Amino acid sequence: MQPILSLDGVAKSYGGVKALTSGALDLYCGQVTALLGENGAGKSTLVKIITGIVHADGGTITLDGKPVVIESAEHARSLGISAIFQEPVVFDALTVAENIFITGRPLKGRSVDWPTMMRRSREILAELDPSIDPAMVLGRLSVAQRHLVQIARALSNDARIVIMDEPTAALSHREAEELFAITRRLRDEGRAILFISHKFEEVFALCDRYAVFRDGAGVGQGTLQGMSSERLITLMVGRPVDQVFPKQVVAIGEEVLRVEALGRCLEYENVSFDVRRGEILGVYGLIGAGRSEVMHALFGTAPAETGRIVLNGETVSIRSAQQAIAHGIGLVPEDRQRQGAHLRLAIGDNITLPSLGRTTRGGFLSARREREQAAPLAEQLGVKMSGLRQRVEDLSGGNQQKVVIAKWLATAPRVLILDEPTKGIDVGAKAQVHRLMGELAAKGVAIIMVSSELPEVLGMADRIMVMRRGLVQGIVPRSEATPERIVKMATDA
Amino acid sequence: MPESFLRLLRTREAGLLGLNLLLLAAIAPFFPAFLRPGSLAGLLDDTALLILLALGEMLVLLTRGVDLSIAANLAFTGMVVALLDQYHPGLGLAPVLILSVLMGAALGAVNGLLVWRLRIPSIVVTLGTLSIYRGAVYLASGGRWVNSNQMSPQFLAFVRLQLGGVSMLSWIAIACAVLVALFLRRSVRGRDLYAAGNNPSAALYAGIDVGVMQFSAFLIAGAIAGLCGYLWVSRYAVAYTDVASGFELQVIAACVIGGVSISGGVGSVAGVVLGALFLGIIKNALPLVGVSPFFQMAVSGVVITGAVLINARGTQASALRILERRPA
Repeated sequence: MQPILSLDGVAKSYGGVKALTSGALDLYCGQVTALLGENGAGKSTLVKIITGIVHADGGTITLDGKPVVIESAEHARSLGISAIFQEPVVFDALTVAENIFITGRPLKGRSVDWPTMMRRSREILAELDPSIDPAMVLGRLSVAQRHLVQIARALSNDARIVIMDEPTAALSHREAEELFAITRRLRDEGRAILFISHKFEEVFALCDRYAVFRDGAGVGQGTLQGMSSERLITLMVGRPVDQVFPKQVVAIGEEVLRVEALGRCLEYENVSFDVRRGEILGVYGLIGAGRSEVMHALFGTAPAETGRIVLNGETVSIRSAQQAIAHGIGLVPEDRQRQGAHLRLAIGDNITLPSLGRTTRGGFLSARREREQAAPLAEQLGVKMSGLRQRVEDLSGGNQQKVVIAKWLATAPRVLILDEPTKGIDVGAKAQVHRLMGELAAKGVAIIMVSSELPEVLGMADRIMVMRRGLVQGIVPRSEATPERIVKMATDA
Repeated sequence: MPESFLRLLRTREAGLLGLNLLLLAAIAPFFPAFLRPGSLAGLLDDTALLILLALGEMLVLLTRGVDLSIAANLAFTGMVVALLDQYHPGLGLAPVLILSVLMGAALGAVNGLLVWRLRIPSIVVTLGTLSIYRGAVYLASGGRWVNSNQMSPQFLAFVRLQLGGVSMLSWIAIACAVLVALFLRRSVRGRDLYAAGNNPSAALYAGIDVGVMQFSAFLIAGAIAGLCGYLWVSRYAVAYTDVASGFELQVIAACVIGGVSISGGVGSVAGVVLGALFLGIIKNALPLVGVSPFFQMAVSGVVITGAVLINARGTQASALRILERRPA
């Protein structure tokens, strides 16, 4: 049988960062193909290429046996390709009916035929969730219902190829079962379906074929018959561990921070862990597992609603970042450009910002003290710069990250939280950040490192806490951590 | 259908209508003459220009932009058509109307192109063109005024035509409101306008060109502003450099009171018309009550700020569900 859609050697770079190097994927009519891979394996980029959102730099795409260039989202739709995206791409202020027919509103003459749009929406929704009123404004629906509206959109397009990017992530078990029934119906009608999921039980229950991506390349595809989840995991993580992590041996001291049964409505619950002097606690999980949310609770920027935080044996209340800083907690946030650094300010101003209280003389800021504070830190971290007055936006990503870390070192934190500390920075800077983390730990700082990169977590952490769907799945000591075990916990394989 | 009627009652537009009626009811016992049909028609005539400009501004606001140059566009276009009429009084009205719409659209297109093609924020673009268009009025006129005795009779008479007790100016505003409402509700491009402003990245995924939508909004807003240039100059029977100076702020205020979101994607024609009428009632009633012009500004300011507060309350983001739903 000939595949309806076939991708070969597809590549895509974003400003020098290779997201996809040699993507290969075949989709067949009447079959559900599972697309598997770790965070950052290139799955999302592949979906964007197939749906015309971005253009591939190289490789070939073949549709119905003929080579094709997918120009735009509109073009993809006219070719019969429809996608249900992970992050709901919907319009809160528009009605449900319009969200369903956003790409092809029924027309009467040249004007939008609202009665027909409402009626057809009601017909499509009747099979998904009859309680959704097509005249309702979408913003009033739950997250799960929003996903159903996206599915309704794909159904309304009558697509030949349907891509589902983690469609069950926000669905309950029952809702997911209903979605599978719909998916099977679509498949039996002869459509080709690409199903992206981290849940192996779903993949084995629903899919006919698999395609595994790793580090931007397709590393294997075929029929699922005879495959086991163990073999799929090996394909997913089976990269050679060639990165050497400068893990220092540090004597781990007494407990610094302990959280008990932390919870926040809809986001996470019963989160308990502790971190000790000189320890690096790795926090691993898929994107959207609730890791960053917990870190923002510790830093006071989105406080937890239940549970307690114990710092040096005392229960503390952290309701704002100011309080967290006063308690000796620092956070290097995930979004460096927006939350971490003040891009338009000078390096020196960035470094002294959270510790300005320490750089005053007689109540006024002292430029000399600021310099004395910032210069040694910038030097210690090896920030490549022309001087402290240089603006942070002129630095490379890695050097920007060093400035953000320096800023927190200036506050002399007892607990330092690093959220994806090496995301998007080059290999050299990565190693420097890792070495620095080791040095800080050796000085007695308790470090919490959130990371989606398995090698980083395995290489740097003394213990690894794994989160999934807002719950802690377990805390594994370094000696017992294997890639397979951690991924299994994070994905519920 | 009682259910859809109830839903209608809960809308912002219904609330605003109630507020307008309440205001009229509060004025009525003291100044019964205010509610006479003739006075109400006068109120509509006074507010028609504000309604027209607010309709155009709404389109721009829907696409997450803002047009600060519409009053300057109005002044420039108004001056040019006044000069045309002064020097070629025999041409009649048709060339004046066509020129005002085309010239306004062209000035709007300049804004639109700069926003669309060069991706300059609309507030910056229109702040610049505001000064350029205003300065161009001076260039065109050499700083002179065009007074009513220099305008042809048909140029002055058109807006004052009475049809069913209502002025032509008011009818134009009503017709424009109906057209814009139909455009936004029933045309594909009108619906895409909402989508592009409500969620630009999702619009991209839906194959909607957000830049083209912004351009269209500026184009239409410019055309309406140009038409208003003639209407304004004719109604007040004078054209000079500072015509409608600062009026864009009242226009934006009418939109905001009418429930148009400054962050795009939300707003309706009914809301904008009611918002403009609300400002019109206040402007016409306060002098009757003997409130000084300075205090009138303060009252309008309080009302506008109140409207923004109510708007902000409705748009609070909800947390995304991460935890799995469990059977209760």
